[in-house]
Amino acid sequence: MPRTLAASIAVNRFGLGARPDEPEAATTDPKAWLAQQLTRTSSFTLPSGGLPTTRSAAEALGSYLEDLKTKTDGKAGKMSPEAQEEAILKPLKQLREILIAEIEARTLRGLTTEAGFAERLVLFWSNHFTVSANKAVTIPFAGVFEREVIRAGMTGTFADLLVASTRHPGMLLYLDQAQSMGPNSKAGKRRDKGLNENLAREILELQTLGAQGGYAQADVTEFAKALTGWSLAGGRTKLLVPGADPGDFIFVDRFHEPGTRTVMGKRYSADGEGQGEAILRDLANHPSTAQRVATKLARHFISDAPPASAVEALARSFRTSGGRLPALHETLISLDEAWNPEAQKFKSPNEFFLSALRFTGLPKVERKAITAAYGLLGQVPWQAPSPEGWPDDAASWAGPDAVIKRVEWAQGLADRLGTKVRPESLARAALGPALSVATAQSIARAESASQGLTLALMSPEFQRR
Amino acid sequence: MTLPLMTRRAALMAGGALFLAGSAGALTLSRQAGDRKFVLVILRGALDGLAAVAPYGDAHYRAARGKLALAPPGEAGGVLPLTEGFGLHLDLAFLHQQWTGGELAIVPACASPYRERSHFDAQDVLETGAAEVFGASDGWLGRALTALPPELKREAVAISGSLPLVLRGSASATSWAPSFAPSASEDTLSRLMDLYAGDALLGPALASAIQTNAIASASGMDGMDGKGRRNGPGAYKGLAEAAARLMSAEGGPAAAVLSFDGWDTHANQGAANGQLALRLAGLDAALRALKDGLGAHWPKTVVAVVTEFGRTVAENGTGGTDHGTGSAAFLLGGAVSGGKFGGDWPGLAPKALFQGRDLAPATDIRSVFMAVLQDHWSLDRDTLSRTVFPDGTGVRPISGLIRT
Repeated sequence: MPRTLAASIAVNRFGLGARPDEPEAATTDPKAWLAQQLTRTSSFTLPSGGLPTTRSAAEALGSYLEDLKTKTDGKAGKMSPEAQEEAILKPLKQLREILIAEIEARTLRGLTTEAGFAERLVLFWSNHFTVSANKAVTIPFAGVFEREVIRAGMTGTFADLLVASTRHPGMLLYLDQAQSMGPNSKAGKRRDKGLNENLAREILELQTLGAQGGYAQADVTEFAKALTGWSLAGGRTKLLVPGADPGDFIFVDRFHEPGTRTVMGKRYSADGEGQGEAILRDLANHPSTAQRVATKLARHFISDAPPASAVEALARSFRTSGGRLPALHETLISLDEAWNPEAQKFKSPNEFFLSALRFTGLPKVERKAITAAYGLLGQVPWQAPSPEGWPDDAASWAGPDAVIKRVEWAQGLADRLGTKVRPESLARAALGPALSVATAQSIARAESASQGLTLALMSPEFQRR
Repeated sequence: MTLPLMTRRAALMAGGALFLAGSAGALTLSRQAGDRKFVLVILRGALDGLAAVAPYGDAHYRAARGKLALAPPGEAGGVLPLTEGFGLHLDLAFLHQQWTGGELAIVPACASPYRERSHFDAQDVLETGAAEVFGASDGWLGRALTALPPELKREAVAISGSLPLVLRGSASATSWAPSFAPSASEDTLSRLMDLYAGDALLGPALASAIQTNAIASASGMDGMDGKGRRNGPGAYKGLAEAAARLMSAEGGPAAAVLSFDGWDTHANQGAANGQLALRLAGLDAALRALKDGLGAHWPKTVVAVVTEFGRTVAENGTGGTDHGTGSAAFLLGGAVSGGKFGGDWPGLAPKALFQGRDLAPATDIRSVFMAVLQDHWSLDRDTLSRTVFPDGTGVRPISGLIRT
């Protein structure tokens, strides 16, 4: 394979797309350039300057809930629209400011990072462990979850990542775990409340074994019982534990279902918080999990229907390395299937947006333009419709309206850049030999630089990676 | 300098030839405060000048143009008569009225100094006013505005999302775009459809979207989602109206730049009717709207309509024309001394064609711009040929095009 094609694949398929100032190393030894991103924590970490910590996010949520309670006083339904606006929508809007700042920070990171593969892995795993901000209580946590759990976990093991994810207030609140109580727990016996299986089910179905992974309803219930007591301090639960700050993970013993649990045929003796963690670690290392993660990873980086050989190689790497993520990611780089000269993946809106801006070399974009673009293109960060996360196939993203919206957005971007860009040379630099003769001609024959840029961004090869 | 406008005008009228022959200062005084408006209309994509201004009397016209040739005046689809042997496309009825009224001058065969055939590079040269590609980083109109005496109105506006190159270099130039969400340009969509010909995913998706849009547009639903046709022929008029509104406001800008897209007619260009005819009709309607909108300012207005290069004289294999060299330029407005041609007509004899295929560029388009800047805005020759047009010492403004 000619080196330049490999370089193009490295930055466009594995990364977030080429920038005009893409580092030389990406071209001279693409595989080494990808591999060196995997073990450096700085490839993954996003400096949190100005963004909330888990604690300040919990405090923001706490004061939002307090405010809401005071202003509505349980009478929201009887309020005038103006009063509702003041009491409900305004505080919510304030809470959303946190999310918008997170979106901006992640976007600017995506535009400027030189470790595009690392950033793509963050997006992949963040989607695997979806915490969607489509619930009011998760709005302040979605971004910090990604920064403090996903990014921080990229050089460790899948099991550690799963445990950290399950303990984080974002996940605990998103999947209704924080107030789940065992029916025979001290608190459960006294109240008309009980078990919530949501988190346990989604961990089994989406994050580990997969729907066909061999578990039954009894496993869901048992696992849910083992997780009772996993909660957070402050916030909605109002739980305050000595020494714990708002947002801290706490194990609430009086919520916890006593006794031994059996999940996937294995018995877990009573061990408080340790019982749930032991189950999580076994689920993380289950062969079905290896298979599921391998399939998703191959689907994301190779094709909607990835070759079985690639899936098997990734699953084997997962199993033999004990779920070490850098090893798994390095296996991906080593797969011939991942270097197929033909790009087979249709970019998600987020990937298209980031790669288009990187293509033009813009150093930054206005906050308003960022949120407007995500809205138009149909993928606002941390707004996945369900715990399953964003879809990862062309059929979901390449509908007629979605395609024309991409054209409209690309055209708007191109019009704004006016004649400041040379689309043909940009396309040649970004796509290298992947730029087809037809596209090069079409760009060259465009009637303006703006139209040329639109055509380059909307070309079949730029829409794929 | 504090005299009311009418008094100054009256003073000039009374002074007549004395003032004109006398000091340039007095002349400048009469052209105060954005009084003399200039609108530059750039037809991006390369206008087929021979389709707009047909030399039907040229002995080689019919043979050279083939199916693209237009009929003489009076025949079905015939052109609107200009100077003997020349006619305007029948969809340029407003322009023809201006010609008859003495307010339209036509430069039938002009080009910038650029002699290759890339749109980007040609627009770069057209807008920078330099003699070669990337010869300057800002535009001739921007530099001209900066060179105006400080007491004159020097604001300019571009009706577009970004400031076009031609206006860069002026600190007081701005851009304004209509607020509707941009719809995809029809021309871009059709080029994408070509590009998606072999794409089983994107081809059908885009085709379906285009069909839906067509239905929405045919049912008058365009306005419903806040979208207008972005820059097809139907949009030219709205852009021109916007320019007129901005310019005629109290203290409005002295200059405006409009860009109309869609002139790159490589296929199925049509003749009396068809794609290009629709665009010409859109252009005509836009220029009419500009005159209506400028109202009382029209008598002191010059509008220049230009393109980056022309197209081949002969029809290509797909019913269109390919990138060429010479094209037509138009000057209209109350301040134009019209009803006549400016520059030479090189003719369509095979030997006269540039590289055997294009209308020869008989006139340097900078000499048209210089005429406007010298006679309408009173910029001196030295500033024009050194600062505004950096390599312009060999170029002379065409005289007699502007009423002074």
